[in-house]
Amino acid sequence: MSGLASGCVYGLVALGFVLIYKATEAINFAQGDFMMFGAFIIIWLANESFLGLPFLFAIPFGLVIMALISASFDKLVLQRVAGEPQIVIVILTIAAGFILRFFAGVIWGYEPLSLETPIVGKYLSLGGVVLSLAEIGVIVLTVMFTITLYIFFSFTKMGVALMAISQNQLAASHVGIPVRKLQSFTWVLAGIVAGSAGILYASKGAVDPSVGLIGIKAFAAAVIGGFGSLPGALLGGLVIGIVEPFSARFIGSGYSHLMPYIILLLILFLKPNGLISQVRSKKV
Amino acid sequence: MKVLFRESYEQDLGLFRDNNQKFRYFLLLCLAVVLPFILGDFFLGEATLFLIWAIGGMSLMILVGHTGLASLGHAAFLAIGAYTTVLMQTKLGTPFLLSLILGGFLSSLVGVIIAIPSTRLHSIYIAIITLAIAILVDDIIVLSESLTGGVSGIYAPKIVILGVEFDRYSNIDRLYWLVLIILITLVLIYKNILRSPLGRAFIAVRDSEISAAAMGINVKKAKILSFAVSCFYGGICGGLMGHFSTVFNNETFNLLVSINLLLMIVVGGLGSIHGAFFGAAILTLLPVFIAIIRDGISSFFDVSFYSIPGLETFIFCLMVIFCILYEPMGVNGLRQKIRLFCELFPLGGKTFFSKQKSFLKTDRLK
Repeated sequence: MSGLASGCVYGLVALGFVLIYKATEAINFAQGDFMMFGAFIIIWLANESFLGLPFLFAIPFGLVIMALISASFDKLVLQRVAGEPQIVIVILTIAAGFILRFFAGVIWGYEPLSLETPIVGKYLSLGGVVLSLAEIGVIVLTVMFTITLYIFFSFTKMGVALMAISQNQLAASHVGIPVRKLQSFTWVLAGIVAGSAGILYASKGAVDPSVGLIGIKAFAAAVIGGFGSLPGALLGGLVIGIVEPFSARFIGSGYSHLMPYIILLLILFLKPNGLISQVRSKKV
Repeated sequence: MKVLFRESYEQDLGLFRDNNQKFRYFLLLCLAVVLPFILGDFFLGEATLFLIWAIGGMSLMILVGHTGLASLGHAAFLAIGAYTTVLMQTKLGTPFLLSLILGGFLSSLVGVIIAIPSTRLHSIYIAIITLAIAILVDDIIVLSESLTGGVSGIYAPKIVILGVEFDRYSNIDRLYWLVLIILITLVLIYKNILRSPLGRAFIAVRDSEISAAAMGINVKKAKILSFAVSCFYGGICGGLMGHFSTVFNNETFNLLVSINLLLMIVVGGLGSIHGAFFGAAILTLLPVFIAIIRDGISSFFDVSFYSIPGLETFIFCLMVIFCILYEPMGVNGLRQKIRLFCELFPLGGKTFFSKQKSFLKTDRLK
């Protein structure tokens, strides 16, 4: 069960990757650090030792801050390099991730902190199985998020426009899609997703500035699920979240760390488009 | 402005553009050779580290700058080179130079094994695969503790070539010259690859895979060979770095090293050997500069600064972002622009260097 919950957090971060990739064809390697920063902001707003705002008020406030950070990163940095090769954006986002990690370390220190939520530490026993409320909350919220985003991308006009942008920016702007505006909107959305992942992560465990590195695992999740597929991202996250504790139990704890990457390599070599493929061959 | 007249094809293919350039590089070489007589031990150590990083930078430059394939896990190849070199020396007793070269070849072999399946995929996936490989290699080093020493690390033996000892602590100047000789050999090999059909194939693949294929270049082969050469350089860099740090473990070649290498060549300037050197210079000098400035401020204002962890990385990352936004060709591009501006002095205008607007061309549905 805890495997499912951590899988959901991976899935949510992976969702952020996929979201950005779908709309801008860029890969945001800072997504994990965005999540870490979001977690710290929420802790700063909600915990008694910091500002101590009421929890239900702190959440939207924190998400708005995350959306602002994400949008300003897009506005100040990424819009200036529009049209550059992907590798440039990869490098930019890696650098941005390190900068966020530095700020988090300077502001909140390197000690692990955890979020005080109303549901932390409460348990529910269901027919002999004891479930932690925080973990159930994580799972329910993640599934809701994925379904909402999936509907948004598949059935709304805006979602379809975003898909068009990701395939050909020039052609999309020719048919009257406001490319820049929609891309900024995606970054806002990705910031909110990262902030929510941060809240969920902080409510089920401690956060320190280096947890942004789970971004790499989430990235593996996104690729395993098929890059560009929203349900695939969640599926990939769940696969990793479940495989990790199982391999720790049956193979050896040292190896559990390796499993996500071994699965990633196997998937890439055997089924390069992931479990839920998004790539169709081009018709001439 | 000096106009270069080309009189023969050989001139175009030559290592140096003209005698003037040849002379300048000769001066630079002289300076590099006499450096141990000028600098103290500490700065000579930094200079040696700079040369080793420059080899690492060249290694990634072949892949990223000249073939257009991103590698986010180059530290893995450095680690393979370092461990092979040291283990060959201690367990099998092979001489240093032979083990260094074998380390390079093993790393190159691993690179090729990874490259063969990866080249089927889109270039961004190669970045992901190398990232995964870096993490795997890191963990494999920890897990195979009996051979590699795991987290506690491994000691590099003394380097002895023909009875002459090279050691970081007792005679750093000799180690510096040894690294310098290896570096110059590698630069010459690199330069020669670039002017051979292979190097031109690399550049063609970087600029457009489709046109390269249309010109009769075997794109897959070019990519695999690029990996081979790049990983060979990486292995050599790792071997030297292992010996330079005398004791090393998996942390010596962690993810940060790979990222640093990548950021380094971006700051230096992609697509040129100069860029690798500029990037390496910034990477090695930055911590020293920060330390000096911090000491200066603390003694001047009589306050004790506690060292902020990660400050170097932070400044380096800021530099990378500004570099990409305002000077996409890095320090090397800046150097070329300043030179062109001076040569053309009254004629250079404001729009001379303005960037062309471009649109993202995707090959997602390929």
